[in-house]
Amino acid sequence: MVLQSSLKSCLQLSCILKTPKAGFRSTMSGGLIIQSISNDIYQNLAVEDWIHDHMNLENGQVLFLWRNSPAVVIGRHQNPWQECNLRLMRQKNIKLARRRSGGGTVYHDLGNINLTFFTARKKYERMENLKLVVKALKALSPQLDVHVTDRYDILLDGQYKISGTAAKLGRMTAYHHCTLLCNADKFVLSSVLRSPYKGIKSNATPSVPASVKNLFEEDPSLTCEMLLDAIAEEYATQHQIDHHITLVNPADETVLPGISNKTEELQAWEWVYGKTPKFSVSTCLNMVYKDSVIDVKVDLDVKHGRIEVCNIDLPEQWLPPALCSELVDSFTGSKFCPNEITTLATTLLRVCPQDDEMHSRWNLLCENMTRLM
Amino acid sequence: MAALAAMRSSCRGAGRLVCIHRVRSCSSIRFIKSKYVCVFDKSALKFSHQQRLFRTSAVLCGQIVQFKLSDIGEGITEVTVKEWYVKEGDSVSQFDSICEVQSDKASVTITSRYDGIIRKLHYNVDETAYVGKPLVDIETDASKGVAPEEDVVETPPMSHEEHTHQEIKGHKTLATPAVRRLAMENNIKLSEVVGTGKDNRILKEDILNYLAKQTGAILPPSPKAEIIPPLPKSETVPAAPKDKAHKIPVSRPIVFSGKDKTEPITGFQKAMVKTMSAALKIPHFGYCDEIDLTQLVQLREELKPLAQLRGVKLSFMPFFIKAASLGLLQYPILNASLDESCRNVTYKASHNIGVAMDTEQGLIVPNVKNVQVCSVFEIASELNRLQSLGSAGQLGTNDLTGGTFTLSNIGTIGGTYAKPVILPPEVAIGALGKIQLLPRFNGKGEVFKAQIMNEASDCLKKKERKKEDLICYSVIRCIKSCHYRSILQNCKPKLSIACCEDARHKLKHQIIEQLFCFSKCKSPLGCSYQDLTALNCR
Repeated sequence: MVLQSSLKSCLQLSCILKTPKAGFRSTMSGGLIIQSISNDIYQNLAVEDWIHDHMNLENGQVLFLWRNSPAVVIGRHQNPWQECNLRLMRQKNIKLARRRSGGGTVYHDLGNINLTFFTARKKYERMENLKLVVKALKALSPQLDVHVTDRYDILLDGQYKISGTAAKLGRMTAYHHCTLLCNADKFVLSSVLRSPYKGIKSNATPSVPASVKNLFEEDPSLTCEMLLDAIAEEYATQHQIDHHITLVNPADETVLPGISNKTEELQAWEWVYGKTPKFSVSTCLNMVYKDSVIDVKVDLDVKHGRIEVCNIDLPEQWLPPALCSELVDSFTGSKFCPNEITTLATTLLRVCPQDDEMHSRWNLLCENMTRLM
Repeated sequence: MAALAAMRSSCRGAGRLVCIHRVRSCSSIRFIKSKYVCVFDKSALKFSHQQRLFRTSAVLCGQIVQFKLSDIGEGITEVTVKEWYVKEGDSVSQFDSICEVQSDKASVTITSRYDGIIRKLHYNVDETAYVGKPLVDIETDASKGVAPEEDVVETPPMSHEEHTHQEIKGHKTLATPAVRRLAMENNIKLSEVVGTGKDNRILKEDILNYLAKQTGAILPPSPKAEIIPPLPKSETVPAAPKDKAHKIPVSRPIVFSGKDKTEPITGFQKAMVKTMSAALKIPHFGYCDEIDLTQLVQLREELKPLAQLRGVKLSFMPFFIKAASLGLLQYPILNASLDESCRNVTYKASHNIGVAMDTEQGLIVPNVKNVQVCSVFEIASELNRLQSLGSAGQLGTNDLTGGTFTLSNIGTIGGTYAKPVILPPEVAIGALGKIQLLPRFNGKGEVFKAQIMNEASDCLKKKERKKEDLICYSVIRCIKSCHYRSILQNCKPKLSIACCEDARHKLKHQIIEQLFCFSKCKSPLGCSYQDLTALNCR
């Protein structure tokens, strides 16, 4: 078991991490395997950031093992509205995170494991890492039909994707991370990774959808712990180091100074939504009002997650024109976020003439607008 | 060159040609500047202008270097530019991030190899960039060869070498040109600074720390700190600088590169500005008082576990909300709305009492609908629902509109007094402070412990005299009236209510029922509603 095999080595880790240069040269010779005790996506992404920024990997490599409670993770240059069902995620309390590496969107839960291979920039080599994973899987369960494709995916039975890859290259260090589906909730995965939003035009990196399967379905004896252990073992063998896993607490500022700032940055709206490349939404709202359906054409330009340009084509006199332009004016510059729009619109309503009919139309329009977000 | 042209025109003005020779022989800007000031006294003003010209034009003398996209690895030849971190005209230091490119699921941060000014970006966002081809043009600073600093010999940048080692004749002080410039500007000898970078390289942080030690000033952290590991200095730096520190401190210029930041007000904040401005135009009448809540505190303690059994968190707010509603029944003018022309008052039938909540975005006021027909328990569970939606940022339009009266609780953040602002189109608002245990005197002149809360109300002062009197009077009565204050003050745990003169028996029962949320069915205590009313009802 992974947890049993790791000794009380947080102290050792802090020695290594505080003085990486001295640490690596004197105590390290080859590699280090660490595992996060947290299941929080933001904290774990922050650990990756921290290692990438602060560790000297010229003479050593690091393998980081982590798992998260339900979350959708989009790539650095992706558009969350295009990639996933944000509405459903809010209802189910599934978090959204944007990682710093490229690539497509993935769903994480505790039935999925994540592996990050940290190396010096010059030693960046994804194929080697994935072959290591396949070797570990085959050692664990020899009859598994798993192989690496040239797109850096791992396929099961030649057709089902069980692992996706992404990477980040910096000045001196690089990392390659991948997922591995052991026993994830496929139903939630497929419903959450299907975007309901229409009319989006964007240059953001699109994801390539693929059929997925859990390793557990092929070999019911497999668990996440076993997979983590097997991969750590293979890594230890290949790098000629102890099969010894150091536990890391991503909330511990003494071991990882500056980590809470990184966690905060990754959770901030400006990063998760604000980093979305410019896109436009061009669609039609079909509002049901009393006994009729009202078609409203909407055109929005969204930049840095905020509405830059807003055009709403309402039927004549459905709302007083002055109010209509007031509403459009207030939307401009606002975050492309349902909560922001709702609170904005209801607050503005206080300074509008008190007419129940008008209020219900205003509310209806706002509710329909928020359905786009 | 522009610099020399400027020189020539100024020289003509002063009639001396000696300066031109000086320009040709010296490459240091500072050297020329100092010479100018002492030689040309008469046209000092003109020359200060020229000096400025000089400084900017001297920068143009730097060479433009084409920074090529270096090898990404894995045989990749092309990438897509995804984001620029700099624009033309920005100045960059070595190792600053320039842009983010993406290639086949890998995101790469390209950092600058040089110090200088960005002169040209070769690609737009979403365009394809090629490895080995120019990415940006950087104008580097002219190299500084003036004493007292040692000469810098820059090795030609190799495509894979990120660290440019600068071997100086004799003295092996490793530092980048940006760091050297910073040291020079502050009259610091590099030999006195201990480097914490690789191979004891002197970093920008080391210079700033050295300065801080000299001036005792606290300097803000360098904005590019993520590139340099924030090592605790004590572990890696030998004691050398401490010995030098006991020199007489010379006043050094404090380096602070912070800038003011202006942002537009948008979205929700913009809407709040409008609402608040409209609110402050309303003529206000305020009234503050303190209420003894000792009985209420006890009551809540008793009822809390009962509510918990039903999965509801019971705070003080449901009691205040209900009490307010009971007060509004007696004084419906406070649950009214005035139209814009101040000609008509609409008495609202429903008591939709809003509760001000502080969220990340700002002040949000969802309301509990129809409090007049809800029990305290029902109010508490609805409040729970609104609070959880509010913190998750998922309140709907229905929850946020239709409010007729508002309560604002400043006690949750520890305040005791408040002067609330009415939220239009309502006409009144109540603010509740923190409940504190304070000593008070009773009728006999003895001191007793009391749970005191300060409460402030604000209401609309209408223009007509008669109505004005009515409203003010209403407020005072409302606050002091038994239907508000005494309910809160006098409710005893043993289920008895003290009502004032005009309380009717029916109303008393209603109050008991509503306060203790036991309707016609049996209570968890095992006794029925009838039994409860029989107990101690004066």
